[in-house]
Amino acid sequence: MSSRIRTEFVEINMGPQHPSTHGVLRLEVVLDGEVIVDVKPDVGYLHRGIEKLAEMRTYIQFIPITDRLDYLSSMLQNAAYVGAVEKLGQIEVPERAEYIRVIMMELNRIASHLIFYGAMGLDLGATTPFLYGMREREDILDLFEMTCGARLTYNYFRPGGVMADLPAGFYQKAKAYIKKQRERLAEYDDLLTNNQIFIARTRGVGVISAEEAINYSMSGPTLRGSGVAYDVRKADPYSVYDKLDWDIAVRTEGDTLARYLVRMQEIRESLKIIEQALDMMPPGKLQYKTPLRLKLPEGEVYHHIESSRGDLGVYLVSDGTDKPYRLRWRSPSFINLGALSRMAKGWKVADLVAILGSLDIVLGEVDR
Amino acid sequence: MPEIIEAAVRNAFPDAVLDSFEIDGVLNIKLNPSLLVSVCELLRSGESLAFDYLADITAIDWQDRIEVVYRLTSLASNAKVVLRVDLDRENPKVDSLTGVWKGAEWQEREVYDLMGVKFLGHPDLRRILLPEDWEGHPLRKDYVIPD
Repeated sequence: MSSRIRTEFVEINMGPQHPSTHGVLRLEVVLDGEVIVDVKPDVGYLHRGIEKLAEMRTYIQFIPITDRLDYLSSMLQNAAYVGAVEKLGQIEVPERAEYIRVIMMELNRIASHLIFYGAMGLDLGATTPFLYGMREREDILDLFEMTCGARLTYNYFRPGGVMADLPAGFYQKAKAYIKKQRERLAEYDDLLTNNQIFIARTRGVGVISAEEAINYSMSGPTLRGSGVAYDVRKADPYSVYDKLDWDIAVRTEGDTLARYLVRMQEIRESLKIIEQALDMMPPGKLQYKTPLRLKLPEGEVYHHIESSRGDLGVYLVSDGTDKPYRLRWRSPSFINLGALSRMAKGWKVADLVAILGSLDIVLGEVDR
Repeated sequence: MPEIIEAAVRNAFPDAVLDSFEIDGVLNIKLNPSLLVSVCELLRSGESLAFDYLADITAIDWQDRIEVVYRLTSLASNAKVVLRVDLDRENPKVDSLTGVWKGAEWQEREVYDLMGVKFLGHPDLRRILLPEDWEGHPLRKDYVIPD
């Protein structure tokens, strides 16, 4: 008689309401004991059909909808869409507006990475980093609020410029923020980056090679964490990025820790960019004209930018009317999440939380 | 650069290219759908033109046909090419690229879900954003939005 204990796989659901899934995401996990045999992400809980909505709205009316995609970096969503409209309509943007845009985009990238920093800590059981990250993010939101009145959904970019010029006092406040953020980054490192438990939970976990990351069409910090120095700001420079001095953050390890470290380095690089842009921005009044009823010529355009999460593309097809014939949103979160199954297989359930956290998805953008 | 890419495709597959044009300096090739996978394998592994990165897959409903648009990038040289195939609107189907790029798996599911294009040979062609029992494909121009 055999004394072997019969074992079988167990299927469990993580989410759609689960703190570690960062929103409404359901993971169908197949387990052999504690080891992951398979993970199937089930997405779409937040699907609003924005590509269809775009076909029913004028070009200007669609801008506030972009805010609701990756709502942790709405400025960058605005930028991708408005950039596509400008490219197809050959609309010129005053240089001052371009610098203002870069400042806003990079501030928003930092704000998003600060949430990542906090959430990554929370996912692994450390509560304090979240409070620190949110504290500094508040300063950025204050800067946004004084500029456009909103703290989350900005609706700030317009074809040909921005909604309003920078308010009085912005320069001094932004400079003070940069100084403070640089000091606080050292604190972040003490709290989390150099924490032995954090390192043990992330180093070597969920490794994906450069070749595989490319094969899965990954982008952003998740791709750069695998040693691929691809950043749209350098590859296809838009706005005034080619006039600014900064480096692409890249790590070669391809593990969860590497993806974390890339984002921490990106905060530093973004601070460098904002500092330069504040000083290089031409003075004077911001003047431009955008017709309220904007019609774009027949044709198509593809415009992509480096958002906080990666290669964010907008493909716009126009039939010459005031509404898009077709709008496609190439969402980096969605495509990065497609590689989760490959990254998590063979790891334990607790590691799945860390690996998913390191992808830094936003469900508004995954589901669109 | 666009000339080299097009010549390479034409040399390897004389019947593949139906049309070609440039948009914003990027080569667009209208392909014979039956040779799509072969052309992609060539473009991906070519020595001088390794288009290793599948940036995007999407589809447009032109009301008389469905056009699927593939956007490829070479990460090393930053060269780009766009491949397009026209499909029958009543029964749009084309070979899946999942054997060439893993990244095609989710993107093709999305195009299937929202535009109703069947990708032959896809390992797991299910709806991805909409519920399983959803009827119709919302990005079709004749889709009636339910109340």
